[in-house]
Amino acid sequence: MRWIWIDRFVDFRPGEKAVSVKNVSFAEEPFGEHFPDWPIFPAALMLEGLAQTGGILIGEARDFKEKVVLAKITSAAFTREAVAGDVLTYTATIIVLRDEGASVRGTVEVRGEKIGEAEIFFAHLDANRSGTMFGDHNFVFSGELKYLLGLARKANPRPEPEGTISAG
Amino acid sequence: MFCHPTDSIRAHPVDGGGNLETVMTKDDIYAKVAATLVDALGLDDDQVTPGARLRNDLGAESIDFLDIVFRLEREFNIKIPREELFPEAILQGDPDMMQDGRVTPKGVEEIRVKMPFADLTEFQKNPTVDAINDLFTVEAITRFVQMKLDTKA
Repeated sequence: MRWIWIDRFVDFRPGEKAVSVKNVSFAEEPFGEHFPDWPIFPAALMLEGLAQTGGILIGEARDFKEKVVLAKITSAAFTREAVAGDVLTYTATIIVLRDEGASVRGTVEVRGEKIGEAEIFFAHLDANRSGTMFGDHNFVFSGELKYLLGLARKANPRPEPEGTISAG
Repeated sequence: MFCHPTDSIRAHPVDGGGNLETVMTKDDIYAKVAATLVDALGLDDDQVTPGARLRNDLGAESIDFLDIVFRLEREFNIKIPREELFPEAILQGDPDMMQDGRVTPKGVEEIRVKMPFADLTEFQKNPTVDAINDLFTVEAITRFVQMKLDTKA
């Protein structure tokens, strides 16, 4: 299974906020069992979508120098189910960004109504430790997610810092 | 500053140059530390008591320690260098400081130096490596913050 739970970035403000959308499709694996006769999109996967949105935001803010790992869901609350056909909008804003880790606030909206929110804590693993401990596939930004970020960046080019000589 | 802030004095201006800065009492600090732990660990208010141990009573894990440090820094506007509050491998497996799960007098001294905010009275009666975790109580964190704020003033 492809572990990508966001479809597209619709807004990306480096170091600050990222907004992505996820289209919930009845064809997706989880609906086979979650649940028979009551197919709802698992909240855990909405959290994963928020984590991927926030994780890319964090990673990009630090030029992907370290591996960003989802470490803790500090709090999460959902008020409504999400069902097939819904378009989920995930908004992640950085609460704190430090060398060792970061904290992100995420919200889930459907048709302008907030149906969930969470606070997510990420840890940063430096390249040395992470290389030996985990394989590449465990991390938030696989090549796929970076590709999505690339599309977002094309739509919202990052302004060059003043005085920068462009490498061209 | 002509008088030393004590626990019973509130809202005491420390800077005579017109910059009124309230001194936090120990109770104020404790209240904020407790609220921070409630947020970080998802606790009920009544779970947090001064003697509550972070790991064994409040269910904190390694990742929570990092979260707690970040929050304390923001909440109290202090800087907490890595390992100052939660030292990792405090005795570093040094056989001079720990043997067969027990902490030697040299090890106890090392802990006293590295963790001046900890209350070692009970620990000293039976200094085991496992008991080191019990030193991290809400009270100890409150003392740590108080010490940081005192050196800042």
